[in-house]
Amino acid sequence: MGSSTTAGAPDRSTRTVRRSRLSDLVDSERSLGYLLVAPVVLLLLVLVAYPFSVAIGYALSDRTLADPGVFVGLENFVLLWESSIYRQTLRNTFIFTAGSVAIRLVLGVGLALLLNESFRFRRAVRAAILLPWIVPTVLGTMAWLWMFNPNFSVLNYILVQSGLMEHGFNWLTDPDLALFSVLLVNAWRGVPFMAITVLAGLQAIPHDLYDASAIDGAGKFQRFRYVTLPLVMPVLLTALVLSIIWTFSDFGIVYGLTKGGPMNATHVLATLSYQTGLASGNIGEGAAISLTMLPVLLVLIIWQLRRIRRSTVA
Amino acid sequence: MSAPLAPGAYRSHNPRLERALFVWAPLAFFLIFLVGPFYWMLITALKPDSELYDGSKSPLYVAAPTLDHFIYLFEKTDFVTWVANTMMVATLSTAIALIMGVPAGYALARLRFRGSEFVGTAIFVTYLVPTTLLFIPMVEVMASIGMDDTIWALVIVYPTFLVPFVTWLMSGYFRTIPSDLEDCARIDGLTRLGAMLRIALPLARPGILSAGIFSFTLSWNEFIYALTLVTASAERTIPVGVIVQLTRADFYFWGPLMAGALLGSVPVALVYSFFVDQYASGLTAGAVKG
Repeated sequence: MGSSTTAGAPDRSTRTVRRSRLSDLVDSERSLGYLLVAPVVLLLLVLVAYPFSVAIGYALSDRTLADPGVFVGLENFVLLWESSIYRQTLRNTFIFTAGSVAIRLVLGVGLALLLNESFRFRRAVRAAILLPWIVPTVLGTMAWLWMFNPNFSVLNYILVQSGLMEHGFNWLTDPDLALFSVLLVNAWRGVPFMAITVLAGLQAIPHDLYDASAIDGAGKFQRFRYVTLPLVMPVLLTALVLSIIWTFSDFGIVYGLTKGGPMNATHVLATLSYQTGLASGNIGEGAAISLTMLPVLLVLIIWQLRRIRRSTVA
Repeated sequence: MSAPLAPGAYRSHNPRLERALFVWAPLAFFLIFLVGPFYWMLITALKPDSELYDGSKSPLYVAAPTLDHFIYLFEKTDFVTWVANTMMVATLSTAIALIMGVPAGYALARLRFRGSEFVGTAIFVTYLVPTTLLFIPMVEVMASIGMDDTIWALVIVYPTFLVPFVTWLMSGYFRTIPSDLEDCARIDGLTRLGAMLRIALPLARPGILSAGIFSFTLSWNEFIYALTLVTASAERTIPVGVIVQLTRADFYFWGPLMAGALLGSVPVALVYSFFVDQYASGLTAGAVKG
C-alpha cells in the first residue's frame, strides 16, 4: 500500500487540477479512516462504555427501583460471597458451561466430520441441522419445555413405552436433574454452530496435503492426527472460546425452562442478576451479580485476542 | 454407537454395512436430536386440545389435525403486532449496523491511521462482551432519555452488538479481497472514497450479504433486551410476546405456544435455507479467520 501523500502530490505541485479541501480530506488515508470509524466509536462510547460505567456505579451502591441509593463500596460483593444462593448460582454456572461446552465439542466435531463425508441429501441435512442454532433461542426452548412437561412429556412416553423405564424422569422438577436438562438444551442449540464452523475449517484444508501424506504412508488415523487436527485447531479453538462465552453468559434458555428453579437449582449468573436486579428491584445487587461474570470473560477475551494477534502476525 | 458392531463385521469390509454404521446411523442420531424438537413443535401446533391432553393417545402423531391454535394466535393474542414489531426492529437495526459497520470494517482493513489497531481491538472486545452484562444499566439509560417502553429503544440498542459484529466480520472479509483493483482505480483518478464505494463495496457483496443475514437473525432472535426494555404487549417482539402472553403463571397454552414458536421461527429458517452457503463462507471469512 502506497502512502497517501505520493498519490496526491503531483496534483498539488502542478496546480492544474484544483481540489476542494473537502475532497482532500476524504482522499487522505488518515482522515478518511477517522471519518469511517468515528460513528462506530461514538456508538460504543455512548451505548456500551457509558452503560458499563453506570453498571459499576450501581454495583457499588444500594440502589433499588424505588430508591436511587447511596455509595456502599464493595458491600454488594461481600454480601454476594456470603450468600448461599449466589454461591450455588456460581457453581451452577460453571457446571452448566462445562457440561454444555463438552457436549457441543464432542457432538459438534463428530457432526462436522460426518458432514465432511459425501452422501446423498447432504445439502438438505446441512440446512436441517442448523435449525436449533438459527431459530430464536427461547422459541426452540419452548419445544423442550413441552417435551419436559411433567404430565405429557414425549421423552418419558418413549422411555416408558419402550420398556426402558417405569415412570420416566422429572426433567425440570427434580433439583438434581434440572441443571442437566437445561444444559442439554443449551448444548442442543450450540452443536450446529460448532459443527458448521469446524466443517468450514475442514473444507479449507487443501486436498494435496492428504494425498501427500497418503503417499508418505500415513494411515487414516495418522492423517487425522497430523493433518486434520493441527489445521482445524485454530478454527476449533475460536468456536470453543465463543461457545464458552455465550454459554457462560446465557439467559434465555434457563429463563425459558425454569427461571432458575426448582429451589435455585438452575440459576446461572445472568438469570440471578435479572431476578435480583429487575424482578425484585435490587438494582445495585443485580448489577453486582452480572459484573461478577467479568473476570472469566476477561480471561477468555484476552486469550482470544492474543491468539488472533499471533495468527495475523504469522 | 459402536456397540452393535460385531468383530467379524468390521473385518468383512462390507462397504454398505460400514456406511450404514458410520454414516447413516450417526446421521440419524443427529437428525433426531437436532430436528426432532421441531417435529414435536409442528405436531403439537396441529393437534386439537382433546388429543393434546389425553394420555391414552400416542403423542407421536396427529389423528385429526386442526388450525385452531393458529386461529387462536391470530385472533386472541397480539401476534400480528409482534410480527410487525420484530420485522421493523430487525430491518432497521440491520440497516444501521450495515451503514455503520461496513465502512468501519473497510477502514480497519485497508486504511492506515493512528489508533486503528486500538479501535479494532475495542470493537472486537465489544463483540465478545455479552448483552447480559449490560442489560440492567441499559434499562435505566434508555429510561433516562425517555425511551422506556417503546420498540424504538430496541432499534437504538441492538446496534450495540450488531455494529461490532458487522465491523469485525467485514474487516476480515475486506482483507480477503486483493487491493490491486482499488489501487488501479486510484491511479485512474478515483478518490479513496470513490475506490471504496465503486470497487471494494461491490466486490464485498457476499460478505455484506452474510453480515446482513446474521444481523437480521440476531435481532430477530434477541431476547434479554426485548424482555427488559419493553413491557407493553403492543410493543413486544415475537420471542417475548409468545412467552409472556401464552404462559400465565403456571398455565401454558401449549397449542398456541407451539404455533407461535413455529411461525416465529419460519422467517429466519427460510432466510437461512436460501443463504446457507453464504452463512458458511461468512463464518470462514470472519469468525474463523478473525
